[in-house]
Amino acid sequence: MSDTIRGAIVGSGNIGTDLMYKLRRSDVIELGAVIGIDPESDGLAKARELGIATSAEGADWLLERADQFGIVFEATTASVHRAYAPKYAAAGLKAVDLTPAKVGPNVVPTVNIDVALDRPNVNMITCGGQATTPIVAAVKAVAEVPYAEIVSTVASVSAGPGTRQNIDEFTKTTSKALEEVGGAGIGKAIMILNPADPPIIMRNTVFCALGDGYDEATVSKSILDMVEQVREYVPGYRLKSDPVFDTGPFHTPGGSVPARVIALLEVEGAADYFPPYAGNLDIMTAAATRVGEAMARHMLGGGR
Amino acid sequence: MTAAFRLTDSTLRDGSHALAHQFTEEQVRAVVRGLDAAGVPVIEVSHGDGLGGSSFNYGFSRTDEKALLRAAVEEAQHAKIAVLMLPGIGIKEDLVEAAEIGAKVARIATHCTEADIAPQHIALAKELGMETVGFLMMSHMIGPDELLEQAKLMESYGADCVYVVDSAGAMTIDDARRRVAMLKSNLGCQVGLHAHNNLSLAVANSMAAFEEGVDQIDGCTTGLGAGAGNCPTEILVAAFEKSGVATGVDPLAVMDVAQEVVRPLQPLQGVIDRDGLLLGYAGIYGSFLLHAKRAAERFGVDSKDILLELGRRKVVGGQEDMIIDVAVELERQAAQAMAERIQDH
Repeated sequence: MSDTIRGAIVGSGNIGTDLMYKLRRSDVIELGAVIGIDPESDGLAKARELGIATSAEGADWLLERADQFGIVFEATTASVHRAYAPKYAAAGLKAVDLTPAKVGPNVVPTVNIDVALDRPNVNMITCGGQATTPIVAAVKAVAEVPYAEIVSTVASVSAGPGTRQNIDEFTKTTSKALEEVGGAGIGKAIMILNPADPPIIMRNTVFCALGDGYDEATVSKSILDMVEQVREYVPGYRLKSDPVFDTGPFHTPGGSVPARVIALLEVEGAADYFPPYAGNLDIMTAAATRVGEAMARHMLGGGR
Repeated sequence: MTAAFRLTDSTLRDGSHALAHQFTEEQVRAVVRGLDAAGVPVIEVSHGDGLGGSSFNYGFSRTDEKALLRAAVEEAQHAKIAVLMLPGIGIKEDLVEAAEIGAKVARIATHCTEADIAPQHIALAKELGMETVGFLMMSHMIGPDELLEQAKLMESYGADCVYVVDSAGAMTIDDARRRVAMLKSNLGCQVGLHAHNNLSLAVANSMAAFEEGVDQIDGCTTGLGAGAGNCPTEILVAAFEKSGVATGVDPLAVMDVAQEVVRPLQPLQGVIDRDGLLLGYAGIYGSFLLHAKRAAERFGVDSKDILLELGRRKVVGGQEDMIIDVAVELERQAAQAMAERIQDH
């Protein structure tokens, strides 16, 4: 029995290429192929340079040899993934979906990685979701959070055409994840693109409404602990200051609350394929790698 | 009498910033009744940051904006009701709901370099039978050539009009004139100007834009709006009428609305204080003003320092969270400086 699971990346754009660098470092996933649709793409060229098998024939190429692979990482578009998800499942491939297709449940490594173990398909939400739901979950673990709101600001140059044309998908998917994964009563997400040159590092601000009976020190500690956990796979994830507590009352969509806590976060990327400012892309691929590795360990008969 | 351009009054949208989004239904009804009777053809009603703007980041609306919109639609006999929406803050469902309530004009706003996040929203508004406007915020940050590229994108998505939006009140007369002229001579659709008064140039910029052939101009009654306020509708109307330019609005009637209905909401509207001027001078998004004043008080730092640092960071509209970030940092720096002084002694 082998001690690794073979993985394939479908999609040789920015996300797929950055993911390639991360999966190559994995000790439980052997990156077996990078699959695109454009033989001239930079991603496929980089994969060839690294000696990884490539194909420009799209996901069908993978389906023809599905028995050689265990996990597929989807880095194409929501519509492609919706079309192929049932085929992957039928072919026995587990899918880690980095598109907004949301075929499977949302997963955030530090919050609910167990959902990835037995499901055929999990969704990585959005970059903003990966950056902010852990904080909401951390607050929710020690206080009532009837409403949570996040503002995610990324450098214009790090937002590709897919994001730009589907900005509603970002806000809606992230809002939902704040509720489903973060545990907030009601979630709201806002996305801003900033064109400053040099490009700004990804910023996220998390506002959590605090119900009665919260303890500042406990909430703060829970947030700081969570930041450390995320830093295990995204070293550039950090708080810009200690959490800020404001007393209200605040009349939120989740009801009136006595206070709120604000976490000001910065996400600097590991610069595998993107420059360091693109923490938004880095946190997606780093989280997907974590999730894929947990799946692989489970498939190999270990825990996670 | 035909008007020489079309006026949109945004008291009930941009003015929402000046009142920290506390408009009541009664206030909205009174403003719409007055403006409608005075002949204002388009009245915009939304949260200051557009549909869906009610939030921790921008301030929660006291009254649901949909209820305010419904009240406005009910009161308007002749005027069309417009809504603003910023992709990334509002979503398509908000536009659908606004159209169902009876909004006839959808103004889709993006930062001036980011028009390509708007095509779905403009297309949807057209499908809903609404007149659409592409609203290029912070237009002072890029030159006329670059602005034209973005305006062409807005036009290609189906916008009936593209606005040069001086969100920071940072444009000189020449800045406004050159941008409007560039768009007018290269676009097939209409062109608009939305001016703020930080440099006391909002009316002058609007008149210069008119000389360049602008089709639509925005005002707010008494100037009630973000930052130092907008182009005051009643002054704009009076100045144009005195110049022999027909606005379609009754100058005396709109002056009465300003004095009797809107002025009581914010008696000091029109005063350009240091911070308001600073926004225009440094080119900073107008709606940051009240948030910065509040953060200055909360963290014991100077609002001027907050605003200048925001300018240095090239923060764009919508990044109100950076005001807290900057204030926290200034507070920390001040504490550190104090500690060092104590050590020195």
